Amino acid sequence: MQPSPIRDFIVGLFVLAGLGAIAYLSIQVGGLSYKGPGGLELIASFDEIGGLAPRAPVAISGVKVGQVSRIKLDPQLRARVTLDLDPTLELPVDTRASIRTSGLLGDQFIALEPGAEEQMLRSGEEIAFSDSALSIERLIGKFVNNAGMDDEEKK
Amino acid sequence: MKSNSISRLGFATLTLVGHLGRVALFLGHIGRVAVRRPYRLRRLVNEVFDSGVLSLAIVCLSGATVGAVLGLQGYTTLSRFGAAGSLGAVVGLSLVRELGPVLTALLVTGRAGSAMAAEIASMVTTGQIDGLRMMSVDPVDFVIAPKALAMLIALPMLSALFISFGFFGGYLVGVELLGLDGGTYISSLEGSIDFQDDVAQSLVKSTVFAALVGTIATYRGFHAEPTSAGVSAATTGTVVVASLAILLFDYVITALWSV
Repeated sequence: MQPSPIRDFIVGLFVLAGLGAIAYLSIQVGGLSYKGPGGLELIASFDEIGGLAPRAPVAISGVKVGQVSRIKLDPQLRARVTLDLDPTLELPVDTRASIRTSGLLGDQFIALEPGAEEQMLRSGEEIAFSDSALSIERLIGKFVNNAGMDDEEKK
Repeated sequence: MKSNSISRLGFATLTLVGHLGRVALFLGHIGRVAVRRPYRLRRLVNEVFDSGVLSLAIVCLSGATVGAVLGLQGYTTLSRFGAAGSLGAVVGLSLVRELGPVLTALLVTGRAGSAMAAEIASMVTTGQIDGLRMMSVDPVDFVIAPKALAMLIALPMLSALFISFGFFGGYLVGVELLGLDGGTYISSLEGSIDFQDDVAQSLVKSTVFAALVGTIATYRGFHAEPTSAGVSAATTGTVVVASLAILLFDYVITALWSV
């Protein structure tokens, strides 16, 4: 078979396009990215995390500033959630973390509400204040039980 | 009568085991000549052109069409629950995890695998393989290995391109045609796909499928009967066996991945 420069060039282009598509899928879509050192890592504990999963977004006032990197159970049997945040963030020590749901059926995310203290949280520290996920089933259950009790009392 | 059917079962089993053994030896032979000099890069590039570049049009077009159909079908179903905003996740996850690797492999089996088997089988029929042997050129080294390796290189790339074009097709239908917000589509797509769970699985699948198609096509071609019926049997056999193997291994990989 004769060497053909045009064919070689086209094959080279094909390989580049293929590698480009694989890189696009891995990095842009798959979220595989090099995380440099010094990412702000904070820990928050919750009694109930509902459907929160790793890679769930973390937002301040609705703006995404990081994501959940790990979820584990601590010795006190509470959920210990590690947050990986933008290293330029300066959060006061009385910041509150709460698990919210975007929309009625949407995914769960962690909302941070910065406090007013002068001192800032450093990487590896724990967020002291947290609100657990609201479970709609539990709310309905409470409501139904209370309604039942009211009826009993009326009699 | 009874012993007759039992011995027929035994014969079928022995034939199957014999085939599997020959495939394993054949694969070992390909692996040996692939890592040994000469590397035959010129032939490899030409084979990548034949099975990769020439499959580009059908793969990209099918990808865009499949993405568009997913967008349309997903939108009709999701909008019933008021969840049309998750269209990106539906299109993205189904393409990356299943449709991308499987459909690309099936398309490439039909487009390039069958051609590969037919070419090798007709070389067997016309005595060209024996001619190579007479010149003490190993036909596996000279003909088979470049073809099998080219498949291994080309298929994962074609699959990634199929998926990317599928995203684009879904975008066209969901955003341009049905009026979904573009940012919602893209963020739902990118937010739902994980590298380890989805993209890595997709790449592993397409690499395994590439090995299957490459092995089956070259094996069927190389062991074809040296007649014109043998050529057609090798081509048909390649498409049938490779398609079934792709679907079977797809299930196995999916099941193993979630363990």
